[in-house]
Amino acid sequence: MAGFLVRRLLNYAVLVTVAASLAYLLAAAALDPRSNYADRTPKPPPAVVDAQLTALNLNDKTPLLQRYATWAGGVLRGDFGKTVTGAPVNEDLKRRMGVTFRLVIVGLICGSLLGVLTGALAAVRQYGWFDRLTTGLSFLVLAVPVVVLANMLILVATWANENVFGRHVFLVSGEYSDGLTTGFWGHVVDRLQHLILPTITLSVGLIAVFSRYQRNMMLDVLGADFVRTARAKGLSRRKALTRHALRTALIPVMTYFAFTFGALLTGATFTEKIFGWHGLGEQLINSIFSNDVNTVAAISLLAAVAVLAASLASDLLHAALDPRVRAG
Amino acid sequence: MTLSEEQLAEELSDGAIMRVPSRARVVAARFFRSAQGRIGFTVLALMFLLAFAGPLVSPWSYTDKDFTAFMQPPSARHWFGTLQTGADVFAVTLRGMQKSLVVGLLAALISTALAAVVGAFAGYFLGWTDRTLSWVTDLLLVLPAFLVLAILSPVFGPGQWALFVIMLALFLWMVTSKIVRGMAISVKQREFVQAARYMGVPPVRIIFRHVIPNLSSLLIVDATLNVSTAILTETSLSYFGFGIQPPDVSFGTLIADGSKTAVYAPWTFWFVAGLLVVTVLAVNLIGDALRDAFDPSSSRGRR
Repeated sequence: MAGFLVRRLLNYAVLVTVAASLAYLLAAAALDPRSNYADRTPKPPPAVVDAQLTALNLNDKTPLLQRYATWAGGVLRGDFGKTVTGAPVNEDLKRRMGVTFRLVIVGLICGSLLGVLTGALAAVRQYGWFDRLTTGLSFLVLAVPVVVLANMLILVATWANENVFGRHVFLVSGEYSDGLTTGFWGHVVDRLQHLILPTITLSVGLIAVFSRYQRNMMLDVLGADFVRTARAKGLSRRKALTRHALRTALIPVMTYFAFTFGALLTGATFTEKIFGWHGLGEQLINSIFSNDVNTVAAISLLAAVAVLAASLASDLLHAALDPRVRAG
Repeated sequence: MTLSEEQLAEELSDGAIMRVPSRARVVAARFFRSAQGRIGFTVLALMFLLAFAGPLVSPWSYTDKDFTAFMQPPSARHWFGTLQTGADVFAVTLRGMQKSLVVGLLAALISTALAAVVGAFAGYFLGWTDRTLSWVTDLLLVLPAFLVLAILSPVFGPGQWALFVIMLALFLWMVTSKIVRGMAISVKQREFVQAARYMGVPPVRIIFRHVIPNLSSLLIVDATLNVSTAILTETSLSYFGFGIQPPDVSFGTLIADGSKTAVYAPWTFWFVAGLLVVTVLAVNLIGDALRDAFDPSSSRGRR
């Protein structure tokens, strides 16, 4: 087991290195940070631009491999370099990680809990009205892309603010309002108002996926012998279902949860960008627009690490929860 | 009945009565027997008809600008209303739909073909081929697809959408290829593959003649579902300006423009968004019905 784990981690390290290097080389070759400085009015002298770009390790007159070596050396020491405006990337990303984390964790918990609940209920009454309704709805939801869903929610919320509440109940941009003087509870309410719409955007899709998944797992388990045995030894139907069927059916869903968490760290890109949350995903889009090579590379590295860590965590979790996997 | 009697009976019956129904026909019959399959197929066919025949009946083309009507609501003159530039929303939407449908279909076909070839080669040869191909698959799974596509977007430029399709396909095939690899390993053990091997058929031909055709049901379903994934990805990329570039339009660019004006001009957003959702929904329904048709044991009637 230990040998297997070591080999796997080594393989992951190589994958992350290659993925991050590829992302850096691609970004450094395709993006053009020079235009950020050279196109200013009044036009700065070329020598000044060159000096500035060299200081940031972004000068396209330096050979690509030399820039790569400088960048890689920095990354090995834990320094991701400077953004195109000269601020350290590390600081910026650390702050943004917190934002993304807050958004994703709330969305994922809401989405998975509701999804599991819906799926389990649908499975217990297979072909009932609830099952049919949720099946239809999840088909519909899976056909709506995030960019459309987010914009629909914004439109509906603006309409509701104006016509139903008469004041701003749903706030559609940012994580909190600036310069609020309403004390602690005012801040909490304000943050919640900002949180509602992005959370719905994130969790609606997750509910659909999780409920389909949980429903299928649950249906597999409901006919199993151990559930019948539980009933036979005298447990009520409800107890047999929650204690035995639901818990067994939850194992694959838990591993899926771990995997989604890793993928969402950058997967919330569209939600963050549209709702103006200054998280990692938003910065990914902004940094491409602003030719910010070092930030692009740093975020790709984080994304690669997150995906691999999540897949490892989901495998380990599966082994820890399911004795059958350990035996095999 | 002995073999010769059977042959005799077959000859006598002209082959017409004793015809064994082909697999394609069985699957098609099962597909059209399910309500999902019928609805999905009809809706998608209608969407294609609308996208490619609609412009013929519309009085406006997507490049026309009506300078007497800016930002007008739907009317007899402009069925879906007009944009700020005076462009007819109906004509522009259909143009975007054509692009999105073609991009989605092509990207799905290419990615499934790639998945089939890579997966089958990895599963059939195993050893170093497998290790190399699997490693490349893992690498592409780890690289954020959105990032690579976005960085490369300046390369696509106007009129370069074929390149965009290929890049899109390049990031859709990995998961399927892993599944194909697993199935190819098991198909390799089957008698007909063994027989072909002992007859001296070269491995590459075995893969294309015997291994891949035997995985066709998985591949067809996968290709269908990939169409919806490709359309959704294309929409998201184009929404942020990383996909189809102006003057070309697609669902993504239209939704991006429409969402800015949707509050006071709902027709610029809801028609496009609605058509997109209906299209993707139809594709998903077809994919689901096809999966059931290919493999009745996997359908909901399991218990």
